[in-house]
Amino acid sequence: MLSYVLKRLAQLVVVSFIISVLVFLLIHLLPGDPTSIILGGNDTAANRQILLHQLGLNTPLYHQYWIWLIHALHGNLGQSYLTHETVGHVIATGFPIDVELIIISQVVAFTVAIPLALITSRRPNRPLDNIATTGTFGLLALPPFLIAPILVAIFAVGLHWFPATGYIPFGQNPATNLHDMILPGLALTAGSIAVYYRLLRSDLIMTLQEDFITMARSKGLSNRRIMMRQAFRPSTFSLLAVAGVNIGSLLAGTFIVEYLFAMPGLGYSIVQAVQQRDYLIVQGIALVVAIAYVVLQFIIDFLFTVVDPRVTRE
Amino acid sequence: MADERKLHSPGVSSSLGIFPGQTPPVVMAAALAESPVDDGILAKRPLGALFWFALVWVALVAIFAIIANWLPLPNPNYQNYAAINASPGIHHILGTDDLGRDLLSRIIFGARVSLVVGFASVAIGMLIGGTLGLISGFKGGRLDVALNAGSFVILAFPAIVAVIAIVAFWGQTLAKITIIIGVGTIPIMFRVVRASSLAFANRDFVIAARTLGATSTRIVFREILPNVIPAAVSFGLITVAGVIVLEGSLAFLGLSVALPTPSWGNLIAEGTANGNLSINPYILMWPALAMFFLLLSINLIGDRLRQRFDVREGLL
Repeated sequence: MLSYVLKRLAQLVVVSFIISVLVFLLIHLLPGDPTSIILGGNDTAANRQILLHQLGLNTPLYHQYWIWLIHALHGNLGQSYLTHETVGHVIATGFPIDVELIIISQVVAFTVAIPLALITSRRPNRPLDNIATTGTFGLLALPPFLIAPILVAIFAVGLHWFPATGYIPFGQNPATNLHDMILPGLALTAGSIAVYYRLLRSDLIMTLQEDFITMARSKGLSNRRIMMRQAFRPSTFSLLAVAGVNIGSLLAGTFIVEYLFAMPGLGYSIVQAVQQRDYLIVQGIALVVAIAYVVLQFIIDFLFTVVDPRVTRE
Repeated sequence: MADERKLHSPGVSSSLGIFPGQTPPVVMAAALAESPVDDGILAKRPLGALFWFALVWVALVAIFAIIANWLPLPNPNYQNYAAINASPGIHHILGTDDLGRDLLSRIIFGARVSLVVGFASVAIGMLIGGTLGLISGFKGGRLDVALNAGSFVILAFPAIVAVIAIVAFWGQTLAKITIIIGVGTIPIMFRVVRASSLAFANRDFVIAARTLGATSTRIVFREILPNVIPAAVSFGLITVAGVIVLEGSLAFLGLSVALPTPSWGNLIAEGTANGNLSINPYILMWPALAMFFLLLSINLIGDRLRQRFDVREGLL
């Protein structure tokens, strides 16, 4: 068990290191010179040299990377040359928004998907099951950039139930914050509901054909007890694996939602920074998002060892 | 049985998860998978009317996109100030937008972006990733270990972040976006093809071919390749849907093909901007419907093919 976790931890460090190199190269090998944008009208050769020196862009690439890495490890990712806001500050204010959005969407997705799958998998191919299975197939064709505008059109513009844009920090006014989060959260949750429901349903159907379920039935256990105590846990392995991948990829969905609802999360900030060639912000957010993604996978893998202790023996 | 349906072994749950728009291809494939109850019957079941409807829809979109130049349509960027926000009617079948541009024309021309990026980038991934996967799965050894590890590292990187950064700094042309996303699909197609190549490498007919003196090249291309194609194609189609979502997301953020070139993603974004939602909901409605049915159709086709060829995610 311990050696398994240590091995995975070592992998995590190696992958994080490679990601930091990739993020660095991504920004530095691409065309588009930040100095000409920063200098604007003052773009003379002399000024450029001074700026290159100030930004440390005149040293060899590996040296720049080393300096950046050391600073990053100390929590200093530089500052925006436009607003002079530190990258750390942008991330500290933006990241909670992404996390809140993802948590809301996932809580909703699991509360809808799990009971629905538990109900329909007992009687597959009956009307209720068919409706749910077909409906979720449709949801799979509704990515956030498609469903979010539709939700805004119906519930914000049409019915005026929710605001179309805006964000108030949770600390300032929790009720308003949660109310404003409903539409963005729903836009994110649609795909997850479909994925989790379909996966859990088919795994449950398969588990219900196992011998130990027949055994439980013949012992006279109630259906409810069989579903909850016997069938559910062994059916959650692929759900957990997919949830990990899915939550990581939800980041992209949060980009869309934040952009549409004008919420200053990481997605909103990175799109803005990209438009303004604010490369340190792009670099910082890319690094944090990529590392967060990898760490999330690590946590999910760790959860596996709890749900299914067999994995550590492989 | 239990092992086969396990999506991928723990420790690699990060695999294949790069695609945004919330549903990466592997997740999609898992979600699309039919319940095991119907297994066995499914392989013999006909593809069904829905499959043909889906195929016709994709074919129609593709044909209209190809012949768009010869159709009696106004220029998609022509701004007719005499017909701003026109409702659907005889002159403009689907109406016009807030600049008086014909929506039908913009949707048909916009389909080009989604389809070109979707199919061409997966073709790039299939060609490069597929070839590498074919060889890697067959040969094994150090090459396989190295390529395998490399694909995991690339897949551990969230694609939307990489694509946004590269597109923004490199340029927003159709060709560049296709190449960037195409490179992103290489590790996905690599993993799919490698897994099935590996599964076939030790089958009797391959050993028989080798015993008869067939060269490795011949075995790979004549014995293994034909068996790998069904998995690659059906999984490739689901990846196409993923790529179309990715391009649509980029376009929605204003980071895909530069304006005023229409694409479904930027049409949807336009429909939500400048109060258009309350003034003229058609601007959002038509491209949203077109995109929804395209994704639905591609998912359906990919899913039916996957069932027919009995491709299992467990292989990945």
